[in-house]
Amino acid sequence: MPARLLLPLFLVPALLVNLATFLAPMLNLAMLSFREGMPGGSIGTMFTWATWQDVLTDPYYAELVLWSVALSLFITVLTLLCAYPIALFVHRAPERWRNLLMVACISPLLVSAVVRTYGWLVILGEHGVVASALQALGIAPPRMIFNTTGVVIGLVEILMPYMVLSLLAGFGRLHASLEEAASSLGAPPLVVFRRVVLPLTLPGILLGCLLAFVLSVSSFITPKLLGGGRVFLLATEIYDQAIVTLNWPVAAALSMLVLVIFGLALLLYGRAVRAVE
Amino acid sequence: MGRLAFTLLVLVLFAFLLAPVILVFPMSFSADRVLAWPPSGFSLRWYGAMFTEPGLMEAAWNSLVLGCVVTVLSLLVATPAALMLARRRFAGRDAVMALLTAPLLLPTIVLGLAMLIVFVSYGLVGSWPGLVLAHLLLTLPYALRVLSTALSTLPATVEEAAASLGAPPGAVFRRITLPLMLPGVVATCAIVFLVSFDEVVVSLFIVGPRLVTLPVALYRYVESRTDPLVAAVSSVLVLLTLCVVLVLDRAIGLRRAVGK
Repeated sequence: MPARLLLPLFLVPALLVNLATFLAPMLNLAMLSFREGMPGGSIGTMFTWATWQDVLTDPYYAELVLWSVALSLFITVLTLLCAYPIALFVHRAPERWRNLLMVACISPLLVSAVVRTYGWLVILGEHGVVASALQALGIAPPRMIFNTTGVVIGLVEILMPYMVLSLLAGFGRLHASLEEAASSLGAPPLVVFRRVVLPLTLPGILLGCLLAFVLSVSSFITPKLLGGGRVFLLATEIYDQAIVTLNWPVAAALSMLVLVIFGLALLLYGRAVRAVE
Repeated sequence: MGRLAFTLLVLVLFAFLLAPVILVFPMSFSADRVLAWPPSGFSLRWYGAMFTEPGLMEAAWNSLVLGCVVTVLSLLVATPAALMLARRRFAGRDAVMALLTAPLLLPTIVLGLAMLIVFVSYGLVGSWPGLVLAHLLLTLPYALRVLSTALSTLPATVEEAAASLGAPPGAVFRRITLPLMLPGVVATCAIVFLVSFDEVVVSLFIVGPRLVTLPVALYRYVESRTDPLVAAVSSVLVLLTLCVVLVLDRAIGLRRAVGK
């Protein structure tokens, strides 16, 4: 047989893995949200809107979704504020320093989320680094883990490398000469930042915010460990419904909601990018 | 804002970014029974405890084997697909690429749940084939991307020259394409191994009572207890990761590998 006809077969293994682990399971998940969860983990066989009705009308879920989105937006803004100076510094650094700084920014990405979250338990815990420093200063340390504060601090740190990378990818148009030109014409530093630096770096900011928001909405390990089971978010609720309560249809419907939130975020991002250009 | 103030701010932010990874090292030498800073004394007891903690070494071994199996399978599955996608123009090429890299864009919690539900009915939950398949889904997009980037930077003309001189396709691949794309293959191995070795969310859904990976074991440990044991394991893991990253940097440079 001529080799040319055999070539499409090269794609078959990859497509088979994709079908078995992605396409079929995702379609099945979407269909499952139209079944009914019975007590004890069994699943109804009939098509029903009941699960969606439940998820969309129960104030508990509405609050959960709004709270997850609001907290993720807050975390995204904080991450941007923490990552922007770093990205600007790395972008302006001389060539030989830049590689080292980049490695410092990227290396946390290569460490498991469990390890980094554990690191925050060491720092923020009851007898942790921050608490003992505050005590030495004579200040009673506030509770910093097993609440929203801990989750926010941990997630901001975990998302920072993604934000720095996105910002740097969008900083290509920012040249030192432009800033120098503006300030030599008499613009004070804040005006230079607002009128020159910020507009030029806006594409990077948008990309970084999209990524941080999407990762924050779907984050699971950090809210679970730093929240100590007391911080309820969409992703942790999906896990609890799937593994603890064994209500797969509700878990499936909540998963679809996460995908809808992803889609909306992408849509907004696309609009914002077009508005900028 | 002065230049000095800006540099100081950046230093503080860098400290914030790197603090959790760096602080596990001094904590791992703690002599205390609980997580407390500063440690009242230093010892190697928690490094010793790594070997006596039930199930931990077995989980580490499982993760190591899983990482190696997934790396080999990812290469075997992704290389032909990357060759096809980078070297041939065919209808639906972009759609195939989008489908194969789509799992990277979706939340792992949703992917894990979707696989759990399907895998349950085939008895794949808590089994080696189930874990390998689940990890392949997550590693294939990385492997495809890195390999097809490596291929697209190679000039196809060298392969055409070899073929026009009468080399059969297999020989062209073995003697020309493979050696030229070797840095890409090494990078793929490093990235795929790290992704598999660190993966926790999808694994949480697919592991069973008798088959647990290291990140899942650590997650469960931290969820129930906080003592310096995990700091010792983390220190070892960070050093191992550093070794893999050095291999990666030698092969193609870190910025290119993580960039696109």
